[in-house]
Amino acid sequence: MEALDLARWQFGVTTVYHFIFVPLTIGLTPLVALMQTFWVRTKNERWLRLTKFFGKLMLINFAIGIATGIVQEFQFGMNWSEYSRFVGDVFGAPLAMEALAAFFVESTFLGLWIFGWDKLPKRIHLACIWAVAIATNLSAFFILAANSWMQHPVGTVFNAQTGRAEMVDIGKILSNPTLMAALPHTLTAAFVTAGTFVAAIAAWWMVRLVRSGDVAKARDVYRPAVLLGVVVMLVAGVGVSLTGDQQAKLMFDQQPMKMAAAEGLCASVDGASFSILAIGDLNNDCAGVKHLISVPGLTSFLATNNFSAPIKGVDELQALATAKYGDGVDYVPNLPITYWSFRLMIGMGAGAAALAIAALWLTRKGRVPGTVWFSRLALVSLPMIFLASSFGWIFTEMGRQPWVVVPNPNPSGVDGVWLLTARGVSTVVSPTMVIISMVAFTLLYGVLAVVWFKLMHRYAIEGVAATEHDPSPDNPTNHRDPDDTADADAPLSFAY
Amino acid sequence: MELSTIWFLLIAVLWTGYLVLEGFDFGVGMLLPVLGRRDKDRRVMINTIGPVWDGNEVWLLTAGGATFAAFPEWYATMFSGFYLALLLILLALIVRVVAFEWRGKINDDAWRRRSDWALIIGSWVPAVLWGVAFANLVRGVELDASHQYVGGFFALLNPFALLGGAMTALVFLTHGAIFLALKSGGDVRDRAGALAGRLAPVTLVVAAAWAVWAQIAYSVTWTWAAVVVAAASLVATVLTTRARREGWAFVASAVTILAAVVLIFGSLYPDVVPAFDTANSLTVTNASSSHYTLTVMTWVAAVLVPFVLLYQAWTYWVFRKRVFATHIPDHVGLTFVRPAVPVGAPATPAAGSVGSDEGPQA
Repeated sequence: MEALDLARWQFGVTTVYHFIFVPLTIGLTPLVALMQTFWVRTKNERWLRLTKFFGKLMLINFAIGIATGIVQEFQFGMNWSEYSRFVGDVFGAPLAMEALAAFFVESTFLGLWIFGWDKLPKRIHLACIWAVAIATNLSAFFILAANSWMQHPVGTVFNAQTGRAEMVDIGKILSNPTLMAALPHTLTAAFVTAGTFVAAIAAWWMVRLVRSGDVAKARDVYRPAVLLGVVVMLVAGVGVSLTGDQQAKLMFDQQPMKMAAAEGLCASVDGASFSILAIGDLNNDCAGVKHLISVPGLTSFLATNNFSAPIKGVDELQALATAKYGDGVDYVPNLPITYWSFRLMIGMGAGAAALAIAALWLTRKGRVPGTVWFSRLALVSLPMIFLASSFGWIFTEMGRQPWVVVPNPNPSGVDGVWLLTARGVSTVVSPTMVIISMVAFTLLYGVLAVVWFKLMHRYAIEGVAATEHDPSPDNPTNHRDPDDTADADAPLSFAY
Repeated sequence: MELSTIWFLLIAVLWTGYLVLEGFDFGVGMLLPVLGRRDKDRRVMINTIGPVWDGNEVWLLTAGGATFAAFPEWYATMFSGFYLALLLILLALIVRVVAFEWRGKINDDAWRRRSDWALIIGSWVPAVLWGVAFANLVRGVELDASHQYVGGFFALLNPFALLGGAMTALVFLTHGAIFLALKSGGDVRDRAGALAGRLAPVTLVVAAAWAVWAQIAYSVTWTWAAVVVAAASLVATVLTTRARREGWAFVASAVTILAAVVLIFGSLYPDVVPAFDTANSLTVTNASSSHYTLTVMTWVAAVLVPFVLLYQAWTYWVFRKRVFATHIPDHVGLTFVRPAVPVGAPATPAAGSVGSDEGPQA
């Protein structure tokens, strides 16, 4: 394999892996903050117990998200130094802003929240977790601004003298229409992930307790958590569908090749059908694609709200790109991956929604279900929702190949700012070096994935603790004055 | 002053923040096997930095992001050129992060031992390699006409760079020992103070040797001032640690690191990556971003950095008290395997979390 392929594999491995944990962090932190808010407001201890329970799962997940995020800040320079030289003037800015505006807040206030249970007044402590929750979402804004610029460069000119892209309007970069579509889609997807996570684990426990006879605890602690998770799933789920539709329409306009490839649509046609099942050869040959089941006109409708609108196919788009950007390049992304990742994203997300529907039905009018299939459905929906996010990003990133910076096709777009992935890779890094780093990251990430899963699993099956160091609102140690030296020797409420 | 020069200074400030703050985090991790004889001692040590290490590490991410934004060529050349060194640093930082957070999650001796090793290695590797990397920058590297690093990996392991690695390792060891003496209580404090007193003179000798070498071989006249300040603050470190003036010792140690950064960045300027063939050097001018980008980033930094300093300072205020062994609660982590508790029975925190610090685990 060439250094290019290896570098792409490494980026894919490290980034898809990182993004297993990110959506859960983005969505679960606000949910934990919400649970703690319920506790502070209602003084109902159920919410404190749930805060502590889901808080621990959040922290286990947070750690690996932070650890794998460090790599992201540096691997552009390591493996993609030519890309970094070409785009640094534009692309570096949102990364630096992310660190300054989001990472500092996130890390500092997370430390305050973890260690501050008995050191901070209750409301300030609550404000700390909200600060973390806001910062994680803000972080998504900046990194998506960077990614959206790669998908659709704006606010930039090509400087022929330096041969680099240069920023001319930060406002346009931070209000890129691509970003305005990608951000709500990514955030609502993160909330669906976290809602599913909370609902699924709580549902599993609810069924377990009901079946062992402890209906009271199931009703008192887990049922409210199931409902919280389900409400988040449904509200965010509607959001993810609407924003996804919005984003797809935008992509037909901005990256028609990505969408044509996602449909396996070879020839341009009026009233393009939406393919449900297609087979093809693996040579990325468009002519080999056979559609077995399709819904007539649906692709045209998704693109334009008109069932008979013309849609450009892969062949015509390849010809157009060749005329505009030069020949000798295959401008078609990997067809099977683009086609299937798009469908798997939608399918996995829709599959997880079954949990929400089932939960709403089974818990209607105060019921506390002990149905075994419900508990199994909960367990199945968990990996599905994580996979939906992964497939979504695999689709987005593989679908824009062979570009790393996709040309902006709009008449008002920027001129000359585009870059083929092949031209972005580091020229001084040998394939051996990339192999070494790829093997090292893959092995380490593999080990960490196992440990992460074991820890999450172990803490999930432990369930909510009755009271940990008796942290009930009635316990005076929970709001003692931090400067009160009378109990200076008392153990910390939390320590590593 | 040119905006690119301001950003060169700001990046020096970010590295100072990183090396002063994470410097003692590294030192604490490096000293775990030396000062942490019992598990409880190790937990005292880890908990002195527990609430702050993550925020300290963000100074590195910010330095990286700021370099990317303000000097893309510097970012591209340095990280592709120092590839394997950076890879090792990244791997070390990854295991260190998860070890901090996950160590206490499982109540098991073997688990804790492994986490401790991850912390120790994860602290030693970057502590040495940052010194090697910066020394190579000061010394200059082989760049071709398009500013690409072409020197290979082993050229980075020259005597000057290796001495630089030894220097940063010693500086962080001393800095960490002083921090522990300042922030812990009881047994750990005593031993950390004594160790700092023994480490400081060694650090003085090695750091002075490196600084004088750097100054004579690679730097400009005015950075003699930084060398003198570094030497003076190191002498002050030796004296204050001997006198067990922990607060002043920490200030002196932090000033040493500041002076080292001034020496390093002062010797670089106006280059950011000096080349053996000076015509190929990356400079503050030819590596920098456009004026517009630097203007935008200057506003962003000017607005946000004061807040960062403010809330990070507040964190240190909140957690200002010394950590004593008596503050460390019993292990609250779960055991690997869930003990057989009948479902529905009131789960007690004792289930799965029993265990003394020293005693064998069931």
